[in-house]
Amino acid sequence: MVHLVSGTSQQGDARRSLWYAVLIGIGAMAAVDEIVFHQLLQWHHFVDLATPFIGILSDGVLHAVELLAIVIGFVLLVGLARERMLHTGMVWAGVLLGSGGFQLFDGVVNHKILRIHQVRYGVDPLLYDLAWNAVGMALLIVGFCVLARFRKEGRDVAR
Amino acid sequence: MSLDNVLTGLGATGPAMFAVALAAAYFACQLRLQIADKTWPGWRSLSFAGGCLMMSLALAPPFMHWAHEDLRGHMLQHLILGMLAPIALVLGAPITLALQALPRWGARLTARLLATRWLRWVSHPVSALILNVGGMYLLYLSPLYAASLDSRFLQGLLHLHFLIAGYLFSWAILAGPDLAPRRPSLRLRALVLFAAIALHAVLAKLMVVWQLPVGVGYPRAAVESAAKLMFYGGDLTELLLAAIMFGGWYRQRVRQGRSFTDLPVPGGPSS
Repeated sequence: MVHLVSGTSQQGDARRSLWYAVLIGIGAMAAVDEIVFHQLLQWHHFVDLATPFIGILSDGVLHAVELLAIVIGFVLLVGLARERMLHTGMVWAGVLLGSGGFQLFDGVVNHKILRIHQVRYGVDPLLYDLAWNAVGMALLIVGFCVLARFRKEGRDVAR
Repeated sequence: MSLDNVLTGLGATGPAMFAVALAAAYFACQLRLQIADKTWPGWRSLSFAGGCLMMSLALAPPFMHWAHEDLRGHMLQHLILGMLAPIALVLGAPITLALQALPRWGARLTARLLATRWLRWVSHPVSALILNVGGMYLLYLSPLYAASLDSRFLQGLLHLHFLIAGYLFSWAILAGPDLAPRRPSLRLRALVLFAAIALHAVLAKLMVVWQLPVGVGYPRAAVESAAKLMFYGGDLTELLLAAIMFGGWYRQRVRQGRSFTDLPVPGGPSS
C-alpha cells in the first residue's frame, strides 16, 4: 500500500479525480431529473407521443449511460480515495461540469432536437427552457471556475 | 378430469413445490458439507432461499390471477421472476455448492453438464442477452402475449423461459460466483449490460407509444403505469446488477494490489 500513497504528489491524481467525478455528476443530474421532475413534480412526461422513434432509441442509450456512469464513477472515486489520491477540488469541478453538461445536453438535445418531452406541459415552454438551460450553463461556468482555480494552484505548487 | 383441470391444479401448487424442492436440494447439499466439516457462507444460503421465496410468491395463485387480469401485475411478476429472483439465486452459488457437496458421481455429472457445448453457448453474455431481452421483445411485439392469456401451458413455458434466461443473464454478467464455462472480460460484460439497460428502457417507452403488448387492448392508463413499472423496476435491478459487478471488480483489484491510478483517462497519462 505504501508505495501507492507516497511517491506521487500530495495533491492527489487531479486528472482522474476530475474525470471520475464527471461520471458522478452526469449520473447525479440524471437521478435528479428522474426523481424530481418525473416523479415528484410530474412536469416531465414518461414519453411524449410526438417523440420520433430515434428519440426513444437515444433516450434508452442515454439512460444506460447514466446508470453505468454513476456506478462506475462511484467505484473509481472510492478506489482513488482508498489510495489517498483524491483531489477534492477537482472532484467538485468534475461534479459541477458533469451535472451542468448533462443538464445542458438534456435541455438542448433531448427537449428541443429529439423532442423526447418538454420541461412542463400546459404552459409556454420558452421561459422554462431558458431557465433549464441557464441552470446548466451556470453549473458549467462555476465548474470551469473551480477547475481554473485548482489548476492555477497546482501550477503555483509546482513552481 | 380434463387436461385443463390437471394443469390448473399443477399451476396452483406446481411452482411453489418447484421452489420448495429447489431450496430443499440446496439445504441438503449445505447439510452434507457441514457434516463433512466444510464451511459454506451463510449469506449465500440466505440469498438462495430469498430467490426461491420470491419465485414462489410471484407464482402463487393470487399473484397469477392478478397478472392475468392486469398488465401491472404481469409486469411486477415478470420483474421478480426474470430479474430479481435470478440475481438472488445466482448469488447463492448453487453450482459451486453442488460440486462440493454431491457424491462423486453427482459432481462428475454436474461438471460434464457444465462442459457441454450448448451450455457454453447459452451462457455467453451475448446469447443470454438475446434469450432474455430478445424474448421480451418477441413477447410484447408478437401475438405471443395475447396467446399466453388463453393457454396455461404457454404461460407456464414463458415463466420458465424468463426464469432460466434471467438466471443465465445474471450469471453471465456477474461471471460468478459460480465459475462460468466462459469467463468473458469485464469490458464485454459491461457492454452487454449497457445494451440490456438501453433495450429495456426503449421497450418500456415503446410500450406506451405503440400500446403494447400487441393484440390485447388494455386501457391506456394501465399500459402507461405498467410501462413505468417496467422502466423504473428495471432500473433498480440493473443498478443492483451493475453495483455487484463493479463492486466485485473493485474488490478483485484491491486484492491483487493494483492501483486505481493507472487506468486510462481522457487526456493521456497523468503526471
